Amino acid sequence: MYLDHAATTPLRPEVWEAMRPFATDLWGNPSGSHTHARRAKDAVEEAREQAAGLLGCRPAEIVFTGGGTESDNLAIKGSLLRGGELAGLVTTAIEHEAVLDAAEWLQKLGGTVRHAQPDRDGEVAVEEVLELVDDTIGLVSVMYANNETGVLQPVTELAHTIRATHQGTLVHTDAVQAYGTERLDMDALGVDLLTLAAHKLGGPKGVGLLYVRSGTAIEPLLHGGGQELGRRSGTLNPMGIAGMVAAMELADADRGRTRRRVATERDAFEASLRSAIPGLVVNGETARRLPTHSHVLVPGVDQQIALIKLDRAGIEASGGAACASGATAASHVLLSMGVDAVAARTALRFTFGWTTKGGDGAKAAEAVAEALT
Amino acid sequence: MRVLAALSGGVDSSVAAARMVGEGHEVIGVTMKLWEGPGGEAPTAGCCTVSDAEDARRVAGVLGIPYYVLDYTDEFADGVVDRFVADYAAGRTPNPCIECNRTVKFDRLLGHAEELGCDLLVTGHYARVEERGGTWHLLRGVDRSKDQSYVLTMLGQPELARIRFPVGTMTKAETRAEAAAVGLRTADKPDSQDICFVGQGDYRDLVRRLAPDAAEPGDVVDLTGEVVGSHGGVMDFTVGQRRGLGVSVGEARYVVELRPDRREVVLGRRDDLASDGALVEGMTWVSGEPPVARDGLSAKIRYRAQPAPVASMRHVTDGWEVRFEEAEPAVAPGQTLAVYRDEEVLGGGIIRRPVGQSSGWSSSASAAS
Repeated sequence: MYLDHAATTPLRPEVWEAMRPFATDLWGNPSGSHTHARRAKDAVEEAREQAAGLLGCRPAEIVFTGGGTESDNLAIKGSLLRGGELAGLVTTAIEHEAVLDAAEWLQKLGGTVRHAQPDRDGEVAVEEVLELVDDTIGLVSVMYANNETGVLQPVTELAHTIRATHQGTLVHTDAVQAYGTERLDMDALGVDLLTLAAHKLGGPKGVGLLYVRSGTAIEPLLHGGGQELGRRSGTLNPMGIAGMVAAMELADADRGRTRRRVATERDAFEASLRSAIPGLVVNGETARRLPTHSHVLVPGVDQQIALIKLDRAGIEASGGAACASGATAASHVLLSMGVDAVAARTALRFTFGWTTKGGDGAKAAEAVAEALT
Repeated sequence: MRVLAALSGGVDSSVAAARMVGEGHEVIGVTMKLWEGPGGEAPTAGCCTVSDAEDARRVAGVLGIPYYVLDYTDEFADGVVDRFVADYAAGRTPNPCIECNRTVKFDRLLGHAEELGCDLLVTGHYARVEERGGTWHLLRGVDRSKDQSYVLTMLGQPELARIRFPVGTMTKAETRAEAAAVGLRTADKPDSQDICFVGQGDYRDLVRRLAPDAAEPGDVVDLTGEVVGSHGGVMDFTVGQRRGLGVSVGEARYVVELRPDRREVVLGRRDDLASDGALVEGMTWVSGEPPVARDGLSAKIRYRAQPAPVASMRHVTDGWEVRFEEAEPAVAPGQTLAVYRDEEVLGGGIIRRPVGQSSGWSSSASAAS
């Protein structure tokens, strides 16, 4: 059973259908002027309009990128390096590495970076962030929901407060984990920049988008042909873009049903697992969190060995943070929540998603309990 | 049987795993991630590099076995690297591969193999495990030029019951030929020569970085105590060392002793290196008991040495005193002494100090350890 939807998801069959014409007919370079180019351009712009409709924004506010990591980097570096001056960044200790490492790089260039800490439930309080914001801060970047715990962050309140109190400060959110179950409306949310990635919602890998609010100037990371209104050069990826937007449409249409289904299964999973494993801790349990995520501490297990056992038993899960070699490391998210380093090594993340079927939660709990006890 | 195959990314462990697959066992491949530099940078050589892990992953793919990376960087840093640095700082000459076997590979990994329901752990060492009359025996590898039994002396009966070395009966040439026959990308991969966490650099740089206090300058003295030069830290030297001593005298000089408490490096002539024996601490026996008959024994005092016939071996207060039939050169504290009878490893421990050195080894080394 696949329980690692937060890492990636299989392509939805309907998404693949939407992508197929780009392998045969719509192969043109959208930047050109002849017929093939024009047809590809039309497809991309139609997708852009659809995406804008889904996000409640204007088409020109959508920049298609090579994925979530690129969108995060573009948001952070692009906004802080604008105008040739390096403005300060406020972010949180629980962000994805794409944000944390981009921040660290800016720090090496002499930039100011401040990290807000989460509480024990993994939520970063609005006040914790606001305390770090002053006139030197050009960007506040706070994720919409944490990729390990699924805990929702108070982005809406934060964005509206900062807009009211610090006009010169932009707000970015990485919403990569959230789109499948959370409706994201740019005006309601109030952020200036927002990251999405296609492959977390049944779309293809290698494509994402950055929402950039009108009037928000960002420096491009990639220079060249001036695509995406100069914000992201490079030949457009029409097949990926069509796939991404098809996945967004499907996720949007199914959102209510998906929410109810995964919440039911996730809750059943946690309830069964708790009765089977004494001392089980559910991280972020009392916080508001995504219905897709279950991040648990299993007393006495070594997560690396547990993940192998689970894989052998047909349960594909993760420890939370994985490095490129495939080894697991103690989670910076848990450590920042005050979980000690030993307990952090007992963490396992199970994430439900579009492939989850009715009854999966109980079945998964049974298999996990059997493999680990 | 279910078998855990430790894949380093080299040819020997690749073939070891392939042989287990060929015998019809259910094989799970793992690579131990052992080290990242103090700044988190990837190492550049040996069994813990990223590219070696990739080779291991690809080999597992060709063999059609599941493959995982296990992170032992904490255990490796504590049990192997810290000790390596501390040993050099104390004037000893450590063997980190042996400490890795003792504290990581045949301890943590072996425990994890059991936890994963594996009956056996296999590695690519050139040594053999055989059961005779209900007892497990550890034997030298058939390929004498590659024999690695010296680095396995810490294994006892409970471990040997669960460990196999499938290439121990093969020559290196046969191993490479078999790898090529199975189509493994590691068939022509050069053997690793460096200490994995040092890479191609100098181990002294690592010791200086991790133990800056150890690099205290001191005197180079001769056996009469006369100062003949100066040095930048005893950690730069090892007993038996001839090059890079920073003194020029007519006859060849060797490091015969390190006195970290006085920060002295003692030089002597080749003859002054010879010792009648060694005091060995932490001795473990493969059978669980010391040998009753003490005849026909030999002892190997470094990886590249030939086993030397043992004249006597006795238990003393702080370890075992092993005396050689003929004096051995450069008995270095910190190195392992392995006791053999013919083909078989009986046990081993760590040399604390030479015994009966013709020069009269001072007591400072033992006081310091």
